[in-house]
Amino acid sequence: MAGRSEVRGGKGRGLVARQDRIAVLDTTTEVESMENVSFALNGKQVSVTTNSERMLLWVLRTDLGLRGTKCGCGVGLCGACTVLVDMKVVRSCVFPVKDIKGKEVLTIEGLARNGKLHPIQEAFIKHDALQCGFCTPGMILSAYGLLLNNPQPTQEEIIQSMDGNLCRCGSHTRIIRAIESAAKEMKGAR
Amino acid sequence: MKENESANFDSREIVTHGSLDRREFLQRVGGGIVIFFTLGDSSVLLAQRRGRGYPEDFNAYLRIGEDGRVTCFSGKIEMGQGVITSLAQMLADELDITLGSVDMRMGDTFLCPWDMGTFGSMSTRFFGPALRAAAAEARAVLLELAAEYLKVPKEQMTAKDGIIFDKAQKKNQVTYAQLAKGKTIERHLKQKPDLKAVSEFNVMGKAFPRVDSLEKVTGKALYAGDIRLDGMLYARILRPPAHGAKLGRIDTSAAEKIEGVQVVRDDDLIVVLHKNPDEAENALAKIKAQFDVPEAHVDDKNIFDHLLKNAQRGNVAARAGDVEIGEKLADTTIEETYLNSYVAHAPIETHTALAKIEGDKATVWASTQAPFTLKEQIARVLGFSSENVRVVTPFVGGGFGGKVAGSQAAEAARLAKLTGKPVQVAWTRAEEFFYDTFRPAAIVKIKSGTAKSGRIVFWDYSVYFAGQRGSNLYYDVPHHRTVVYGEGGGGAGAHPFATGPWRAPGNNTNSFARESQIDIMASKARMDPLEFRLKNLSDERMIRVLKAAAEKFGWTPSKSPSGRGFGVACGIDSGTYVAHMAEVAVDEKTGKVRVKRVVCAQDMGVVINPEGAKLQMEGCITMGLGYALTEEIHFSGGEIRDVNFDTYEISRFSWLPKIETVLIKAEDVSPQGGGEPAIICMGGVIANAIYDSTGVRLFQLPMTPNRVKEGLASRAREAIQAK
Repeated sequence: MAGRSEVRGGKGRGLVARQDRIAVLDTTTEVESMENVSFALNGKQVSVTTNSERMLLWVLRTDLGLRGTKCGCGVGLCGACTVLVDMKVVRSCVFPVKDIKGKEVLTIEGLARNGKLHPIQEAFIKHDALQCGFCTPGMILSAYGLLLNNPQPTQEEIIQSMDGNLCRCGSHTRIIRAIESAAKEMKGAR
Repeated sequence: MKENESANFDSREIVTHGSLDRREFLQRVGGGIVIFFTLGDSSVLLAQRRGRGYPEDFNAYLRIGEDGRVTCFSGKIEMGQGVITSLAQMLADELDITLGSVDMRMGDTFLCPWDMGTFGSMSTRFFGPALRAAAAEARAVLLELAAEYLKVPKEQMTAKDGIIFDKAQKKNQVTYAQLAKGKTIERHLKQKPDLKAVSEFNVMGKAFPRVDSLEKVTGKALYAGDIRLDGMLYARILRPPAHGAKLGRIDTSAAEKIEGVQVVRDDDLIVVLHKNPDEAENALAKIKAQFDVPEAHVDDKNIFDHLLKNAQRGNVAARAGDVEIGEKLADTTIEETYLNSYVAHAPIETHTALAKIEGDKATVWASTQAPFTLKEQIARVLGFSSENVRVVTPFVGGGFGGKVAGSQAAEAARLAKLTGKPVQVAWTRAEEFFYDTFRPAAIVKIKSGTAKSGRIVFWDYSVYFAGQRGSNLYYDVPHHRTVVYGEGGGGAGAHPFATGPWRAPGNNTNSFARESQIDIMASKARMDPLEFRLKNLSDERMIRVLKAAAEKFGWTPSKSPSGRGFGVACGIDSGTYVAHMAEVAVDEKTGKVRVKRVVCAQDMGVVINPEGAKLQMEGCITMGLGYALTEEIHFSGGEIRDVNFDTYEISRFSWLPKIETVLIKAEDVSPQGGGEPAIICMGGVIANAIYDSTGVRLFQLPMTPNRVKEGLASRAREAIQAK
């Protein structure tokens, strides 16, 4: 098979993929603007050195190893990547890390405390409010963000507040039920 | 299973080669003297004929650990449909253990018994009997072993929660774990034990919450994109702007200059890799590539004419009497054409895979509905023996038929081989919309007629590009004919991009057309649409679901349009009967349809997990709102105009109707499909409700505000002409 096959790398780490094609490049590299960003993540102080223009989602998932936050659309249209920054709901796929300096970030991994599930998590289990589970972390954090601001929302308010979170499996009715039941359980607590 | 139910299988059947022979099987599950027994269940035999078949040794399905936990092996995958729970229930019940002691291992080609794939609502219907038979035999063998161990006659032994005891002296007992010791059980039975009757169920038939919830609400559940390996790279692949586009000039130099970026070119595959996925994405944006895009001849407007011109020859799928004679008997004849556009699967998790290659062995973690098929595909791409390829399927973030296919795993494998490092390929949302195997655009033409009595006398039905599934006519019609043009969406080359099975393939199209036509006939006969259906039915299961739905809904008879916005539709999929009733409100200014309420009654035979079944019904109804009201792919030639959820609108919280589900108790019917049936009527029931509300009949899915407004405008024109 005579196909083209090359592996090229910046900084001269070219690899030979097939013996008939060799390509090692000369290397003038663009240097990224690396920056140290410190913030609180799930109650612990962390700092990462990275290009601070990067989106929080990818820094969480790769640099910090927290994989519970998911990418569904990449442009803030589906809510799968929802986290809280200073207790406000944000879409981490469009939220640059430079904007979290000195702030508090809460992800799905930080919601259970001292080994005890949060009442919203309990309610999602009790009501079978999930199927494939891919949108679930974002759903739960959006619900948490809602209940922080509005501890006893009406069904209409829940629907309005959750409308930007997409679920393809169709667990919506149960998610609403779970949020209602968690709100009752929490009685305004966090 | 009846012969004609084979139409319920996905016609794009996956055929694999070779078989898991005894030697290979023993290598995987451990040695020992394994003596096979024969599975007599006809559905299992049928499953075997259709592919490689399920193995006969029960050790392939289960392993009892020394700690007493039981691992269940299944080649099925969990994508939200809930078989992780219902299969565990089947195993637990037949083996007489608690549900909590079962650990599920699914979709790992190295550990699990071969499976054709997770689609067609087949897990419970066809894998279920094989799994139950394995568990029942294991239990019976354990009873024999216990009798010998305790020196008590076998008849005197009984099992509960993994402990076998002497009925005469309960203290005289031994656990499964003590007997099995984590090893393969070598004994077999000459005579296969019976599966439990419904009256003997302890775990099946009960509503257990999902067993995967804890992992999923804590973010611990791993999907293909969550697997991390040392030194792994993330790939972003250069894609053409349209299907059929040819790459012209390309300049990758700017991307190559970025620190940490590798650029790979292998024939058609042009890829940037980086240790961070977002930085690979940024580097990809620096590649300058020119493509020659072929001139577009088809788009989402003229596609139906194009398809009709390119349709394959039709095959008569069903026929009775003589439709020409039937036509002469009709007092009222209706002839209509129904259309539906291309629809995307749009799972929230895009197609994703991670591949690792060591020497001549490859391991691939993939978001797939068909791991065993994928294994063969990867082996071909790499030039490896398929025995040296292992596909592991973590949780799948939604599939709906779309993850039966997909090139991402093969791309990851190629890149792992080229770079010598583990490589992840995760499609962006735009790639997901571009490479999806869409539900095909399709056309149904129906000519049918009724006699003055309100009986349907003939039915002449032609379906193009949707396939046979769901086209079976269950109304009593003396003269009918069903012609299928292109099996399973077929007609390679007719579509400008890939198409494939989409949740209940073919049936959404066929049920929309059939149930709309039935409603038109009912209206012309000046009969209530439910009464008209019942008058033309003798199938007891269908009559039962219709009556159950009507009772729950509080249906009162009226001829349509009544102005109330009530609709009814029914259908059969995967052996399951469904009847839907809906209430809609139509905003005549905006054309927007608000579905206020949906009731669904379902007869799925014996129900393994009633809560799981209802969750699937609710999911079907909610997802089905999308294809009924908004979902369609906009395209020009091979260019897909929808790249994300802004223009391709799927169901949202604010769309939710009140959803009510009814499960029919039908213990005389073996368990039938549950993941797909309740979606099939969503087009039809909403179309019928819109007509009942406005008197406007819509013939094309989705029923967008614009199409509703066009319908209202033509209604107004007709009213003026009538004056």
